[in-house]
Amino acid sequence: MSEKREVAPRTEERHSPALMPPIDVLEDETGITLFADLPGVPRDRLTVRLDGEGLLIEGEIAVETPEGTTPAYTEVQTPRFRRLFTLSRELDTTKSDAAFKDGVLKLRIPKAEHAQPRRITVNVG
Amino acid sequence: MYESLLRFPTDLFAELDRMQREMQGFGGLSLPSSIRAVGRGAFPAINIGSTPTAIRIDAFAPGIDPAKLSISIDRGLLTIAGERPSDVPQESEKLSVYAHERTVGSFKRVVSLPEDADPARVEATYRDGVVGISIQRREPAQPRRIEVK
Repeated sequence: MSEKREVAPRTEERHSPALMPPIDVLEDETGITLFADLPGVPRDRLTVRLDGEGLLIEGEIAVETPEGTTPAYTEVQTPRFRRLFTLSRELDTTKSDAAFKDGVLKLRIPKAEHAQPRRITVNVG
Repeated sequence: MYESLLRFPTDLFAELDRMQREMQGFGGLSLPSSIRAVGRGAFPAINIGSTPTAIRIDAFAPGIDPAKLSISIDRGLLTIAGERPSDVPQESEKLSVYAHERTVGSFKRVVSLPEDADPARVEATYRDGVVGISIQRREPAQPRRIEVK
């Protein structure tokens, strides 16, 4: 799994500025697990797209503020998160599983059956 | 105003100096920063908003147990502190860790509140990984319309 630089954005939406969410990526024998921090993104504003080309994580920050609020100090200035990844061939994107709770996305992408480890016995002839 | 008279197109240092001055603020004024300001990437990131009746603070702290979050106000200082568990297990023969960017462990942010903040009327919520704190202002600061008789 490697990160994709936005050299040639595919669609118009990619031009909008976005924050890069911090991630953790783990790999064990059966697949890859990704955690991403997307605080302030409600469930219905999160997009996780997995296809042959890769993985796109995108989320819109929607924090409710009372009417007439004027910003006094802001560290989060862009209301959007986005990050793109390329995936390697042995990952089975059709069997992935995602959970989103309290602004943390957990995505599990298993390896295809044939890519899972096999013990190879060396026969001494 | 007279900058163009002093700046030569080939002078790289002058150009950098001008850019730096522009970045410091509008019209050459450098904006003061809070004495408690921390560098980029502090956890949690904080946004502060203001209304005539309240002060609103949003702390972007995903994946936290709200029961373990400590929010306190003491002498005009709001402190948000807590601990964030790690989702990354120890790396072993069967487990590889490729990225470990998410903040782990204890965190603390301190915000100085305006003088009219009322520490007795504070509400905090936790939604979608954001701690939202509303602090009401004391009455006199609210604008009042005075009738002229």
